[in-house]
Amino acid sequence: MKSAIYAGVSAAALSIAAGGAMAQDAISNGSVKIGVLGDMSGVYSTGFSGKGAVDAVKMAVRDFGGEVLGKPIEVISADHQNKADVGSATAREWIDQEHVDMIADLTNSAVALAVQQLASEKKTITFATGAATAALTGENCSKYGIHYGYDTHALPVGTATAVVKNGGDSWYFITADYAFGHALQDNTSSVVEDLGGSVVGSSDVPLATTDFSSYLLQAQSSGAKVIGLANAGQDTVNAIKQAHEFGIVAGGQQLAGMLVLISDVKSLGTDVAKGLQFTSGWYWNMDDESRKWKAEYEKFSGGEAPTFVHAADYSLTMAYLEAIKAAGTDDADKVREQLGKMKIDDFFAKGGTIRSDGLLEHDMYLLKVKDGGEDPWDVADVARTIPGNEAYASLEAGGCKLVNK
Amino acid sequence: MDPMIRLILAQGMLGLNNGVFYAMLSLGLAVIFGLLNVVNFAHGALYMLGAFLALIMYSYVGQWIGMADLHIGFWPALILAPILVACFGMLIERFLLRRLYKLDPIYSLLLTFGITLVLQGLFINFFNASGTPYPGMPESMKGVTNLGFMMFPKYRLFVIVFSIVVCFVTWFVIERTRIGARLRAGTENPELVKAFGINVPLMVMLTFGFGTGLAGLAGVLAAPIYSVSPLMGANLIIVIFAVVVIGGMGSIAGAVITGFSLGLIEGVTKVFYAPAANTVIFLLMVIVLLVRPSGLFGRQG
Repeated sequence: MKSAIYAGVSAAALSIAAGGAMAQDAISNGSVKIGVLGDMSGVYSTGFSGKGAVDAVKMAVRDFGGEVLGKPIEVISADHQNKADVGSATAREWIDQEHVDMIADLTNSAVALAVQQLASEKKTITFATGAATAALTGENCSKYGIHYGYDTHALPVGTATAVVKNGGDSWYFITADYAFGHALQDNTSSVVEDLGGSVVGSSDVPLATTDFSSYLLQAQSSGAKVIGLANAGQDTVNAIKQAHEFGIVAGGQQLAGMLVLISDVKSLGTDVAKGLQFTSGWYWNMDDESRKWKAEYEKFSGGEAPTFVHAADYSLTMAYLEAIKAAGTDDADKVREQLGKMKIDDFFAKGGTIRSDGLLEHDMYLLKVKDGGEDPWDVADVARTIPGNEAYASLEAGGCKLVNK
Repeated sequence: MDPMIRLILAQGMLGLNNGVFYAMLSLGLAVIFGLLNVVNFAHGALYMLGAFLALIMYSYVGQWIGMADLHIGFWPALILAPILVACFGMLIERFLLRRLYKLDPIYSLLLTFGITLVLQGLFINFFNASGTPYPGMPESMKGVTNLGFMMFPKYRLFVIVFSIVVCFVTWFVIERTRIGARLRAGTENPELVKAFGINVPLMVMLTFGFGTGLAGLAGVLAAPIYSVSPLMGANLIIVIFAVVVIGGMGSIAGAVITGFSLGLIEGVTKVFYAPAANTVIFLLMVIVLLVRPSGLFGRQG
């Protein structure tokens, strides 16, 4: 009896305290702080993270007006060097000491998986954009983790399907040897095999390899019609360049980059990349709204055109700030709930929704490299729009334990 | 041609291409160890320095002197960068290493290891840890040659031929000429050679410069193939030491032959079981150390 009274009293006291805090501090610690944690110097520092990603977030903050619920919005950034331990240590310091409210970018799947879990334990929202592995919203999903832009399930649905339907029905993979590469290879293999194709072999290559020649020769001698590149960034660029150097493309085998950005195409040059098909979450030259945003971004960032990852970084920052405004607080639970209720409808995503497993489901685009247009960044045409529900695994198939089945 | 044989030949060719760098770097190490008894741990960093000098000459020197269109290309860099690295090496010898000759060899090893860390740190600071592709590949070296069993880039073929020549000339000078004889005598008995009127400290300094110059040369040759990065030497130096140990510390012919053959073995291993390629060299090292502790070409002590 006595303990029941105590319990009642303390519960009442708690609720008063909580209510008081809510009224005083809609925004905790006097500001909303966004941390951009990415690869700022390595193979993913152009196109994925780097200055381009930080600029996209900063530009969104500017366009939002620089403050939310009367409190300033701050943006900080750091380099995780593609190391999960460095990423986790930075995230821990940001959350515990710097009072960072949201962590964005998280390029590199290994880092993203580690940071997403850590941040969720500490009730902090993460938006992974550059990271690709579908595990972020599948078996490793978490309550506060959102995956925004694309994933390893969506990429091959566009590209591999198109390649197999054109006759490329036997594949050899050159795979980045960590969480991302393996996830992309697995997802691509199932698309290829579902369409009746076969996978004849693969080579695992360490991240940031500069000499792909021996792997390419293995791929060549396998006799596969298609060499699937389950890697990204500088690795993909090097592999494609060297495949041309060693006469592998001239020898009749086709390259299929599973994750290619327009910045990669530009650095390869359209003559080398010609005919390449790749899947993207967005393309700047697909409609007026996107073209307008790209022009604004180039002005803000100083000349470099945005990739779809940068567009996603802008879009998610806007969505996050809108959600804080609508929820009336930066409390992670309330903001996450709000994000689930909103429609993401902007230049980047048309009618997108953030599902209960954390995935932003939106349309994807199959792009095909063309001869250079007037704009040096006009490197591709949209060959097909892939509806969101076709590109991504369904909630049930995704395998997230948070989903009520 | 049978596809299997074709693949073995092709991977062997690529292995030989890697062997070039094993051979040239272990050659420099062997020259320095054989004549100075110094284990030069900075060798990888000096290789990296050579590659960076080529990059800097092409991409930055023009900007620094206000002529943005000026690019010092590959051929001038192939001569200038090794000379600069050699000068840097001689400064290290003259002002740092020379003070340690009377002490245990472990001190010079630690000193050169420290120099490695400082150089790597500096380059990471200014150029970041990831690689930069070398943009100055000469036009005449672009394109491929058909070797019958594979298409092989012209430049890589040039690197293989060029480095075989360099290795042979070095071996010839040290083992077969008067200069080489003096060098070897100077390390064997410096007092006696001094008595003949030869400036031994100068000779030692030039030898160290030559050994480090070879590392710089290998760096320039590597720049167009691998990307130029501060850690490119650190990744290689462990293999190089394995090559030196297998060949026999201080044996010049041993270093060269072992360098090329290990590259070849590594390449061919990739045909059969790719993940073993990284370890096959160390496996060989273990076997050689057990059977012939002074190395395949070392003098039995």
